[in-house]
Amino acid sequence: MDFLNALVALSNFVLIPAIAYGSQLALGALGVTLIYGILRFSNFAHGDTMAFGAMVTILFTWWFQSMGISIHPLPTALLALPFGILFTALLLIATDRVVYRFYRRVKAKPIVFVMASMGVMFIMNGVVRFIIGPGDQRFADGERFIIRARDFKNATGLNEGLAFKTSQGITIVTAIIVVVALFWFLNRTRTGKSMRAFSDNEDLALLSGINPERVVMITWIIVAALITIAGTLYGLDKTFKPFTYFQLLLPIFASAIVGGLGNPLGAIAGGFVIAFSEVTITYAWKKVAVYLLPESLEPSGLVQLMSTDYKFAVSFVILIVVLLFKPTGLFKGQSV
Amino acid sequence: MSQSLRTPLLFGAVALLFILQGSTDWWIFAGSWNASLTILNMALISAIMALGVNLQWGYAGLFNVGIMGFVALGGLATVLVSMPTTPGAWSQGGVGIVFGLLVGAATVVAAVLLRTRMAAGRNRTLATLATLIVGFFVYRYIFDAGVAGVEAINPAQTGYLGGLNPGGPENYKAHGYMTVLAWPIGGLLAAGAAWVVGKTALGLRSDYLAIATLGISEIVIAVIKNEDWLARGVKNVIGLPRPVPYEVDLQQSADFVARADSLGLDVTTASTLAVKLSYSALFTVVLVALIILAQLSLNSPWGRMMRAIRDNEVAAQAMGKDVTKRHLQIFVLGSALCGLAGAMMTTLDGQLVPGTYQPLRFTFLIWVMVIVGGSGNNLGSVLGAFLIWFLWIQVEPIGNWLMSVVTMGLDDGSALKAHLIDSAAHMRLFSMGIVLLLVLRFSPRGLIPEK
Repeated sequence: MDFLNALVALSNFVLIPAIAYGSQLALGALGVTLIYGILRFSNFAHGDTMAFGAMVTILFTWWFQSMGISIHPLPTALLALPFGILFTALLLIATDRVVYRFYRRVKAKPIVFVMASMGVMFIMNGVVRFIIGPGDQRFADGERFIIRARDFKNATGLNEGLAFKTSQGITIVTAIIVVVALFWFLNRTRTGKSMRAFSDNEDLALLSGINPERVVMITWIIVAALITIAGTLYGLDKTFKPFTYFQLLLPIFASAIVGGLGNPLGAIAGGFVIAFSEVTITYAWKKVAVYLLPESLEPSGLVQLMSTDYKFAVSFVILIVVLLFKPTGLFKGQSV
Repeated sequence: MSQSLRTPLLFGAVALLFILQGSTDWWIFAGSWNASLTILNMALISAIMALGVNLQWGYAGLFNVGIMGFVALGGLATVLVSMPTTPGAWSQGGVGIVFGLLVGAATVVAAVLLRTRMAAGRNRTLATLATLIVGFFVYRYIFDAGVAGVEAINPAQTGYLGGLNPGGPENYKAHGYMTVLAWPIGGLLAAGAAWVVGKTALGLRSDYLAIATLGISEIVIAVIKNEDWLARGVKNVIGLPRPVPYEVDLQQSADFVARADSLGLDVTTASTLAVKLSYSALFTVVLVALIILAQLSLNSPWGRMMRAIRDNEVAAQAMGKDVTKRHLQIFVLGSALCGLAGAMMTTLDGQLVPGTYQPLRFTFLIWVMVIVGGSGNNLGSVLGAFLIWFLWIQVEPIGNWLMSVVTMGLDDGSALKAHLIDSAAHMRLFSMGIVLLLVLRFSPRGLIPEK
């Protein structure tokens, strides 16, 4: 019984949140890795573009809510998602035309791209705060839980409750669908193959008649879809606040690099590595330990390895360790 | 226009902005010398940060996105040097904290030694892991007890270790020179952090340094915010001693009152101006010394080697230059300048408020200064610092003015008008982004280009 209780507590506080967070990171990291593979730079505007996508989705959600359109028990935000993706894609393509295309033409160093992306980050950040403000926004509706803690306790007779939020369920299901669709696209379709060819060897791809501008445009559209979904899911699951999206940049980069920059499979693995490390290291293990250990050994403290304020430190340390020992990442990425 | 003419002209134009700010309230200007000097003092500090970033980017092409962290380390140094030691803090836990940190460091060293000394294989992995895990728990055990001891001492007032000020809690403000001593210490702290980052991330792809510095700066801020025993965390340390006299003392000195009268100034205004001017003088001395050093180094064989490495790494390597080592050297130097400037800034503020460290303000703004001023040119980045800092402060009046022009046609009560006027503050981010992109695209060499 104690063992079951420990297991439930573990799933409730560690496994489920980490899987949901990992899926969000993985979607974000896929975007970073795609941009890196095709356009060959680390996009610092990623976090703020995520905030932009989520913002558009939120605005549409509010509009739908005010008209009474809903898909109860699912959150209305899912209905608004395609519009968010559409606007973000338009924005990204416009940014590419105005900003990045010039540097591609003059074959600028990657670091100049990074700098330009920093300028874009400023602007996106300004736009998002200008439109929706810097504060917290609520937009979640529909059924809040798939499994409620109390129902679970009543049904099983355990002391520990297991809560499974709708947002977590949706995150996991959506992430699986998106990842399957993305891999199908990259591996099976002609466009996807041309993208991979372009990423592997640009000169050879150009030689075989692949249109680089088309590849770049499709990349931005896919990235728009990925990060709008990631941003909206993160907002549903936790909260929407522009600054938290900027801060997500570090774990997202860490995920992409840990997995191997430019490698989509690595980005997903990296996302989960980072998410699980963050959650397990900042979780207070006392509850689980109390069930598992005999009474005499019960810990007096919280058994928390690090306070939650240091969760960014976790992704950073993992990043440093990977850079030190395996700079190409767990799965072989492109870069050294 | 030749560059020898262009540089003084541009500096003159920026000086005019500061003079207008002081003398007239026309258009966006405040018409107050006090306001003008406030901007000038921060601009001097920003100029030092910009010099540091220019060393890294302009000389060596290194992209540091963690300026905020190095600046905050400098601020931390000011507290650790210039505040008095909290009575009893060392006996009640300070020793434990230091011992705990030493155990932590020893664990890492032991793990590294194990990795280098033992043959690769399962045994080595197990031994390293065991050392790390045991070491971590011993460290936490000793360290946590120490922290609890220190933080229990009068938490509302102190609850931290305090600094090295010889005056003690009663009389520490008489030892204002301690803050100036803290400046080089701030530089050293930042240099140490930069060495760790540089050692891991340099020599890899150029973006990795950017990401690693972004990470270290977030962590430095998190540590300062959360480790209350170090500098009181978000409870802030206030009332730092000053290297310049206090306004109250000036107002009570008969000599000063007489001089203010002879200048026709009100005593209160005169005292604030005098304090601000003394800060400006101190900062100017540091800035000028650094500019001279930077110019000398730029034109020395070392500076030429740096630029050679920046322009063609492969060729420089073929000439026998150790690119990674040189990069590490200049990265540490540049970060030390940021730390120095950070310590000066905390001195100017007279307090350490970790909550005010925002990446957009401390990292990206400095970047805009360097790019706009002219990367690779020391005077250019200094000019950029003065200009951009002035604009950064004035963007709000400009934004308000712009918004009032835009919303002129709207009704006074309309929600859109209220929203637009409220949002004028966010214009800062937006306009800085636009400036950065425009300069990067159309004038990548900046206002005063590299020769």
